[in-house]
Amino acid sequence: MRLSSGGDIFRDRPLTISFDGRDLGGFEGDTLASILVANGVRVCARSIDAGRPRGLMSSGSEEANVFVQVVSGAGEPMVRATEIEAYDGLVTESLASKGRLLDLPDTSRYDKRFIHVETLVVGGGRSGVAAAAEAARAGGRVLLVHDRATIARGEGVESVVGMGGLTILTRTTATGLHEHGYVVAVERRTDHLAVPPETWSRQRLWNIRANEIVLATGAHERPIAFAGNDVPGVMLAASAVDYVTRFGVRPGRRAVVFGCHDGVVDAARALAEAGVEIARVVDARPWAADEVKQGTEEGSLDVRAGVVIGTASLPDGTLSGAVIQARDGSVETVACDLLAVSGGWNPALQLLTHTGGRTRWADEAAAFVPSQRPQHVRVVGKASGEFAAALRPEPLFCVDGPGSDPADIFLDLQRDATLADLRRAVAAGMRSVEHVKRFTTISTAADQGRSSSVLTVGVLCQELGVPMTEGVTTTYRPPYTPLTFALLAGRDRGYLADPERVSPIQDWHVAHGAAFEDVGQWKRPWYFPAYDGESLHDAVARECAATRSSVGMMDASTLGKIEMYGPDVGEFLDRIYTNLMSTLAVGKVRYGVMAGVDGMVLDDGTVARLSDNRWILTTTTGNAAKVLDWLEEWLQTEWPDLDVRCTSVTEHWATVAVVGPRSREVVAAIAPGLDVSNEAFGFMEWRDAMVGDCAARVMRISFSGELAFEVNVDGWRGQALWEVIYEAGQPYGITPYGTETMHVLRAEKGYPIMGQDTDGTVIPQDLGMSWVVSKKKPDFVGKRSYSRADAAREGRKQLVGLIPSDGSSPLMEGAQLVETGVDLTRVPVPMVGHVTSAYVSVSLGSPFALAMLADGANRHGEELQAVDELVGTRVRVTSPVPYDPEGARRDGN
Amino acid sequence: MLSICCPWCGWRDELEFSYGGQAHVAYPANPAELDDASWSEYIFFRDNTLGWFRERWVHAAGCRMWFNAIRHTVTNEFAAFYRPGDPVPEMPVEVVR
Repeated sequence: MRLSSGGDIFRDRPLTISFDGRDLGGFEGDTLASILVANGVRVCARSIDAGRPRGLMSSGSEEANVFVQVVSGAGEPMVRATEIEAYDGLVTESLASKGRLLDLPDTSRYDKRFIHVETLVVGGGRSGVAAAAEAARAGGRVLLVHDRATIARGEGVESVVGMGGLTILTRTTATGLHEHGYVVAVERRTDHLAVPPETWSRQRLWNIRANEIVLATGAHERPIAFAGNDVPGVMLAASAVDYVTRFGVRPGRRAVVFGCHDGVVDAARALAEAGVEIARVVDARPWAADEVKQGTEEGSLDVRAGVVIGTASLPDGTLSGAVIQARDGSVETVACDLLAVSGGWNPALQLLTHTGGRTRWADEAAAFVPSQRPQHVRVVGKASGEFAAALRPEPLFCVDGPGSDPADIFLDLQRDATLADLRRAVAAGMRSVEHVKRFTTISTAADQGRSSSVLTVGVLCQELGVPMTEGVTTTYRPPYTPLTFALLAGRDRGYLADPERVSPIQDWHVAHGAAFEDVGQWKRPWYFPAYDGESLHDAVARECAATRSSVGMMDASTLGKIEMYGPDVGEFLDRIYTNLMSTLAVGKVRYGVMAGVDGMVLDDGTVARLSDNRWILTTTTGNAAKVLDWLEEWLQTEWPDLDVRCTSVTEHWATVAVVGPRSREVVAAIAPGLDVSNEAFGFMEWRDAMVGDCAARVMRISFSGELAFEVNVDGWRGQALWEVIYEAGQPYGITPYGTETMHVLRAEKGYPIMGQDTDGTVIPQDLGMSWVVSKKKPDFVGKRSYSRADAAREGRKQLVGLIPSDGSSPLMEGAQLVETGVDLTRVPVPMVGHVTSAYVSVSLGSPFALAMLADGANRHGEELQAVDELVGTRVRVTSPVPYDPEGARRDGN
Repeated sequence: MLSICCPWCGWRDELEFSYGGQAHVAYPANPAELDDASWSEYIFFRDNTLGWFRERWVHAAGCRMWFNAIRHTVTNEFAAFYRPGDPVPEMPVEVVR
């Protein structure tokens, strides 16, 4: 019921909201909750498990009962009614503690800001405002964040608005306190507006770094558990008063006020002043005596020593009376529609404990108070717990009265968890509150136990018969209130979620209809359909055939390239690669493998010596950054005496591979000054050349087994080079191909892709590449590990080829290799290896695969089954080089 | 998110850095002379200190330089940042708070 005066509401600005289809009147300044109270809506939700009627139990962020679905505006699945600022046209629906995710894309805008301040004050109550004023006067930047619409003001509160150096963010909740003064806060900018300005972001994520943090986060009132304590009409006492003073609404006509500290009498007076008839004040403290206290002009307060042991309710489930047991044991039911309860105060110390802060139980305050603070964090006001001692509290958590059913005594309203649940946990042997929490789900709901956590610690200690000082709260973790993923994503959505890298030849690929695949952040052509709708399979077969029989071309620009400079590069590369590099002559190229100190293969690529002191390395596309980091780490931390500089030049060069028996003719055509004969330009050599007016570096490297040239030019000239080669190749039917054909061609030759055919357990010897491991060098990274027993043992998995025995069954990457005759239905199925790469080969006329197989080098010619989805395909083990094993094709015809 | 002082660039947020594990674990001078146990010790074993710890960081999204730091593994306080080759600072005295 709305009072005729009072509250921080604007009575000249009425509004109408909708709740479950009912239109309800309120005023600007109301919350959804205060409008529900004003309109006498008492059953506002159903409980999650039992479906019991529930009403508002608070007026703030500790509300555990009434979450609603916001339907109007941007919509939101699950919001506390007490935290929704009302606007005209607000539409909401009640929930049973479970919201409904919207199946529409979130079209609101979210953004982020970063701010550095000397002092951050969290909480804009009286203490927070005072702390902010003091800090601002001392100079420096001060930020005050407050989760409500207005900070404290009025009598005895300094006016700080407009103060120099002070920034105030209202409707802003600090959700996490992290190391070194880093705080995350959420500013809700438009949810309270009927018509938000179109250019405004809905919410803003603040990343705050502060030298000093003042927590003025206040305290939450603690409920007391008793039978029927979830009935609508049972409310925290200070919240009942809050409805009167903040909103000018009366949460009941006739109240019983129940508690265990001096504050309950003050609450009763405040309610009485608002016209609530106080039927009884029940003081649970053991030393309390029956007395008549001065109330208000309306009358005196009847204070009795005793406890509330239950509730009576009307047929609609709402409160009709409090069952009170007096000190002498007598029981009576006092009619009331409001039961205002206060078990004391819990300082809101969630943020404090997010990063290293600790709390301890203080008997004198009947509360957990700060005991260990992180550096630079201060706690002031109610959050420090000091005020609570003045109320002379005696802790009371749970009243298990005569005849009470423990299943009716609710400890966590949002989870519907009761004293009976807690006793089951204790009976099952749980002693730690962390275990009880997980067993009962208490304090795991959206409020992270804001109303239930300390209560549960208290009841647990009571059940176990140990003092509260032995109790600890569960660990609170960020976020203090839920954040949406959309807010965390901010503007980094859709194509901005991750950078896309493209080669300088991308425009041509797009214009010619390439299908793309993601390789790390790169977009690489996957295959080039020759006509609309050509399948991957058909395109790859065509591209492979053209390349093996005539000539193909591929954009290899994405390969990682690292230029190295200095007199000690050769020595350094000898230590990093498993094979010898320092002997490489200018003009030559060498293949190399890098291993970790554990000997496992990291990456492979080529090394070219450009001059005495200048070298260029290639890495696999996905490993470029990792390899550069690896080189830098060794240079900086182990061998700073080596004079070597590394520079990533991946984007500086565009690389086109011209591949196939006719590639020589094509390269001769584009670079007439270059002698491309085998005699003048051998395999694994590089030459400078001019392609038109463009300087090029041409390398005879092959990743397909065919005669091949890789032509490198300045990245800006990449597309021009591509077009020149495409044109020059027309007489030979030059065929652009993508990564899939590249994979088929390399796999036919048994060239492993590091990271696809290998994992972190593969040494070069397992790949049949003992030749790449130097015996001459005294040491290199990984060498010592090759003499460990594990590297030398029999039965290591080794790279092999597989061909389906019937010559036609497709093989699956990831299929497990199992001996023939093994019953696949008897688990565990003994597995001897797995398929790492599988393709269909036009050249072989059959599907084929590469696999890692135990003792594989000794099993060529044997039969196994490759098992996928419990179906075994018979396969024959072959050498890992099924195509052109003699290497006859690399010099062309 | 930690606040870290790169000895070359100054204070930056943790997201610019990568962690490099325990500091001052040198690559053995002559790995061939080590027995399997000592070599395994170098590859796989690191201290798991509760308290002040010397560790490596790299300013990966900045100057790309490696450096060392002394950090308290419980409170995450930093006591020192120093470059490779710099004199190694003393460990702070453990203060029980």
